[in-house]
Amino acid sequence: MNNILTIISITLMYSTALIYGALGGMISEKSGVVNIGIEGMMAIGAFAGATVGYLTSSPWIGFLCGGLAGAVLGLLHAMASVTFRANQTVSGVAINMLGLGAALFLSKIIFDRADTPILLKKLPKLFGIDATAILAFLIMIFLWVFLYKTKWGLRLRAVGEHPGAADTLGINVYAIRYLSVIASGFLSGLGGASVTMSLVSNFSPTAIAGQGFIALAAVIFGKWTPHGAYGAALLFGFAQAITVYLGGSAAIPSEFISMVPYLMTLIILVFTGKSVAPKASGEPYVKGAR
Amino acid sequence: MNRNNKLKKIFSNQLFSTLVALLLGFVVAGILLVVLGHNPFTSYYEMFAGIFGNPRNIAETIIKATPIIITGASIAFAFKTGLFNIGSEGQYIAGFVAAGVVGVLLDLPPILQVPILLVSGMLAGMIIGALSGFLKAKFGVHEVISGIMLNWIMFYFQMWVALSSPLFVQETSGTESINVSGQIRLFAAEKTAGNYAALAEVPIIGSVLGRSDINYGIIIALIVVVVLQLIIKKTTLGYQLRAVGLNKDAAEFAGINVNKNIVRSMAIAGAISGLAGAANIMALSPNKINSIAMFENYGFNGLSVALMAGTSIPGVVLTSLLFSSLSIGGNILQLNTGAPSELISVLIGIIIFFIALANILPVIADKIASRKTKEKIKNE
Repeated sequence: MNNILTIISITLMYSTALIYGALGGMISEKSGVVNIGIEGMMAIGAFAGATVGYLTSSPWIGFLCGGLAGAVLGLLHAMASVTFRANQTVSGVAINMLGLGAALFLSKIIFDRADTPILLKKLPKLFGIDATAILAFLIMIFLWVFLYKTKWGLRLRAVGEHPGAADTLGINVYAIRYLSVIASGFLSGLGGASVTMSLVSNFSPTAIAGQGFIALAAVIFGKWTPHGAYGAALLFGFAQAITVYLGGSAAIPSEFISMVPYLMTLIILVFTGKSVAPKASGEPYVKGAR
Repeated sequence: MNRNNKLKKIFSNQLFSTLVALLLGFVVAGILLVVLGHNPFTSYYEMFAGIFGNPRNIAETIIKATPIIITGASIAFAFKTGLFNIGSEGQYIAGFVAAGVVGVLLDLPPILQVPILLVSGMLAGMIIGALSGFLKAKFGVHEVISGIMLNWIMFYFQMWVALSSPLFVQETSGTESINVSGQIRLFAAEKTAGNYAALAEVPIIGSVLGRSDINYGIIIALIVVVVLQLIIKKTTLGYQLRAVGLNKDAAEFAGINVNKNIVRSMAIAGAISGLAGAANIMALSPNKINSIAMFENYGFNGLSVALMAGTSIPGVVLTSLLFSSLSIGGNILQLNTGAPSELISVLIGIIIFFIALANILPVIADKIASRKTKEKIKNE
């Protein structure tokens, strides 16, 4: 019984950041903008959160600033993807470089080294569970209700599926895409901050280390739905927990256990087959184009 | 009207948009330098003077550019066929580990050993790449997702070979170095024997030889670029691959087997990224499979240079040299001005961002053209 609780708690620990990132990626793609820049948005969020949290000694303000820093990169990505009709993949790669680059650059300027000082006050826990994990669950519920039960959610989905039709109904495609991508950056930034303010207690160059890409996989694995992305991120966290839990004690080398989540994803994708992205995902919308 | 078309032609030109992006990148990074209280002109001047005024830095630039020319070419090739080879990193690791394992276990004369190691790296990379292609063709799994997953699987595979496999050497963090017969460093034998006195007497490069892993890899890289470009431009295979990349349905209608070509393209791209890994372990000391804390980014940097080159395969040579000279320049910049070397990562990020924005240039040209036409009509 105790073992199960331990595994559940480790699962939540490792999946929280992925959940934020995956929900962020999902909301952007739902509106028709591919976001492979989650990694960079998480990195800048991780840095901004830990830094502001340290300087103000208020973890919640830090956490919020982590989100805002991610939102700034989201704004850049939205400008590129919506206004400039850029190749969204190229812009995403640039965001990834910019996010980590800017985080390290600023860290060197502010603290004169690549990692930030240890936080005196981390984000709190409730009933032994990180507050960020609980918040992540609430955000998922909110996004589900928003996307499937409200007028605005319907509009967002319409823009991602068929922007031309949405436009003729008087929906502002550009505005909705801008807001979605900025929200995507905000959520990813929160995810990054949850790493450096809950899981560990400072930012370092390897704080995010590929989690944004795993979140990206969770978006697709979760079939572009809030609950799907949440479940997929939990699964990755669970596999991680198994690795940590079994540690060196197992007969199987730990390196192979670490491979399990990735292998599992591949196998499950093979069996569940094609997951269908929002139709207009990745295509810039040009008003009046046929 | 003719002049407007010319404008559009220039604006649509890849080289033009890359140059504009480079310029804007340096301008933005220059503004950052000003904010930090440095003179951007002298900082840039000292940086480039430091890179190109020092034989060792020139050597390092070429050494660092070599692997990303190869992975960049692999990625640009895949782009040409409509595939996004983000799995280059994992294919690189596959090639690195395969050449490392064979290089330790086998010891033939160099004339056999070198090609065998290169081929084993290519085969390993090809398997990983083809797997991504197969999963896409057969099951519709997006190559970006399988690529990311395979990157991590290969990462842990390298960790296993380095730390837990029978090849692990106690009290080190990896395997043995590959046999000298498989190394493509210049004067590998002398270096392994520690005979540095002899190295210093080599003409021209003697002064930097002892401290740099000058190697034949750049020759391999240039051959790769030429061969891939020939495949894509001059062969039926290349034609088919490009057709699939441009319009899947049209290609299918023309009788091209789309699925087969997806696997082929990923197999070739994988083999080339694997070759980059093989060339690296053969070229760079300590020439062995070590445990790594994170990805070494040879694949991801290849992605950056391929995008900077606008997915032109020959263009990758130039952008790789630029990329590696800048990353060396970052350290020079930090030494000279105290500005963090990470300014360079920001600079490269901005350049790629502007390259993404350059899509708008032809649209702007169109708008200028239509405005002029309208004025003309009004005037008449």
